[in-house]
Amino acid sequence: MSRIQIKLKEQDYKAIREICHSFNNDPEELINVLHKTQGHFGYLPAEVQEAVAQELNVPVAKVYGVVTFYSFFTMSPKGQFPISICMGTACYVRGAEKVLEEVKKELKINVGETTPDGKFSLSCLRCVGACGLAPVVMIGDKTFGRVAPEDVKKILAEF
Amino acid sequence: MSLINIKINGKDIQVAAGTTVLQAAKKVGIEIPTLCHMNLHDLNIEHNPGGCRICVVEVAGRRNLAPACVTKVTEGMEVKTHTMRVLNARKTVLELILSDHPFECLTCAKNGTCDLQKLAQDLGVREIHYQGEQSSYKEDNSPSIIRDMDKCIMCRRCETMCNEVQTCGVLSGVNRGFDAVVAPAFEQDLIQSPCTFCGQCVAVCPTGALTERDYTNRVIRALADPTKTVIVQTAPAVRAALGEEFGLEPGTLVTGKMVAALRKIGFDKVYDTDFAADLTIMEEATELLGRLTKFLNGDKDVKLPLLTSCCPAWVNFLEYQFPELKDIPSTAKSPQQMFGAVAKTYIAEKLGVAREDLIVVSIMPCLAKKYEAQRPEFAVNGNPDVDFALSTRELAHLIKQSIGDLKDLEEEDYDKLMGQSTGAGVIFGNTGGVIEAACRTAYEFHTGKTLEKVDFKQLRGLEGVRTASVDIDGLELKLGIAHGLGNARKLLEMVKNGEADFHAIEIMACPGGCIGGGGQPLHHGDSSILKARAAALYRADEEMKLRKSHENPEIISLYKEFLGQPMSEKAHHLLHTEYFDKKKVIYIEK
Repeated sequence: MSRIQIKLKEQDYKAIREICHSFNNDPEELINVLHKTQGHFGYLPAEVQEAVAQELNVPVAKVYGVVTFYSFFTMSPKGQFPISICMGTACYVRGAEKVLEEVKKELKINVGETTPDGKFSLSCLRCVGACGLAPVVMIGDKTFGRVAPEDVKKILAEF
Repeated sequence: MSLINIKINGKDIQVAAGTTVLQAAKKVGIEIPTLCHMNLHDLNIEHNPGGCRICVVEVAGRRNLAPACVTKVTEGMEVKTHTMRVLNARKTVLELILSDHPFECLTCAKNGTCDLQKLAQDLGVREIHYQGEQSSYKEDNSPSIIRDMDKCIMCRRCETMCNEVQTCGVLSGVNRGFDAVVAPAFEQDLIQSPCTFCGQCVAVCPTGALTERDYTNRVIRALADPTKTVIVQTAPAVRAALGEEFGLEPGTLVTGKMVAALRKIGFDKVYDTDFAADLTIMEEATELLGRLTKFLNGDKDVKLPLLTSCCPAWVNFLEYQFPELKDIPSTAKSPQQMFGAVAKTYIAEKLGVAREDLIVVSIMPCLAKKYEAQRPEFAVNGNPDVDFALSTRELAHLIKQSIGDLKDLEEEDYDKLMGQSTGAGVIFGNTGGVIEAACRTAYEFHTGKTLEKVDFKQLRGLEGVRTASVDIDGLELKLGIAHGLGNARKLLEMVKNGEADFHAIEIMACPGGCIGGGGQPLHHGDSSILKARAAALYRADEEMKLRKSHENPEIISLYKEFLGQPMSEKAHHLLHTEYFDKKKVIYIEK
């Protein structure tokens, strides 16, 4: 019977262990550990979650449960320029969904995915507090207001 | 404890502080419907998420309806349990749950035993007023358990069993909102997780989301094949529970009727796993005495305590969670596998059938037995020692579709060669039973004297972790017993840390032992059913003429004709096994 192997690079494994040690390997600190780990790797792939689970001595199912519950955590690497489309009420009624469809079509990715070249990733969020500019799209740290579907191509070309 | 005055439906009653409205209502004879709630109080298993909202009641002065299962009584509380507002709310809640549930009742494995279906009937739901998106997940087919999460209602009872009772940590609530589902890590299949296949999640699932992998049709096909000789073995705990599926009182022993039914269905030979349990004791007691003698002679390296190895879910648990202890369990195979190994050699020879033309079916109270039967080390050139393991529930289905019923059948005896058994074999189905059976034989093997009083009552009971000692003519045998894997974990941690002072430990994965197995008729949260089954097995033991495994005449002739001595080379080859380290390892790439 073969054992299931989880492959990790030495420096990555070391980083995870250090983060866990900084929280005294306390299972109660799972969310904080994941927060810091995502800060280090940019995302939380399965093998990283497995290593965190072993270090904190909690079932990996529980780790995965936490990662999938909080929208802050992600299992796929974010792109160089993360795109966030506001789906709050104001943006939604002013056509955010059509903008989203256009971005999806243009980049050929779905929400939660990253383009193969790693340049863009796509996510939705609820209200950035700029309802006057609805619909709002954020790309990296830049904000675009009153975006119409036909603007999408031009905006993306800036990056 | 202070008493609290409350009014339920206008009736004044006094209940202890800390009582829930659900419990208080029961006192005045009102059964409030529940769905997610589960309470097996004799076993200290409680699941009270207050999530489904089926049990809502009206409380005077409270704006919204209160869930009865988690609302504690307060002084002067006035509760109304079935106002129109309450009844409407319950129906609405249920309709909303049903709006995301497949309408497959007629073809669902849980048809007739589903809590959700019963509730819809009880609450008089005749129409679903809500329509919306339906959840859709891929089906997970392990050798033991099928997960069809489209039918999950998120009661999360399975999570409580898996994480808190069994401490396996396989199932977790994942994702959120409409996408929320109970699943193993990364939504992988159970076979890729440290699932022990104990089936306790299946035993408590109120719907068809978790069911056993059904091999009934494979057995029917084998029975219809004229080139095959099909033999069957029945585990101890099955006889104490099968009757429930046919409307008999829990604890009714149906041994003889079950044998008659199996013969009518068409099995060529009907044998008893109790025989194999006696065989297990011959090997395990000999092994225990061997290790004990070495230990008493000052051998420091001898592996003690000896852990019993009959329970396949417990073996899986050890391999995943405590692989560092894998040299401690008895190497004796479980009774199911001992039966298979002997059947495909000794019986095949006696019946004059080639190994590949002999089909061995086992009827087990257990779902882990299905997985165990498929372990590669229990096969010869790809031909398994046990071909199919059916649960007690599957046997009931097989009987119903083949011959209808078993209640009115004349009782019949098992076939010769592997059909005779002793009282020691039948108590294998109860927590504490294996160790008690081992003590009866170990006593006589060690002392050469006759054991007059065979009941070791100090080993019985439902306490999760028990310790006891048995006097073997001056030698004090220190024993530990655990049922439920969470309880087993407590003993194993002690063993691991060198804090345990035991010579032997019996572990059974399921609460109550095999009588509470994941393949048994559903208890629907009624722990008195488990108690009735346990009492039935002890009764069966008492009624036996022979109560010590080594007195079983068929066991004696099996050793004489075929195996030689316990722990002989042949016995070792056929009846013993080894365990594997299955813990996931982190492989570091430079």
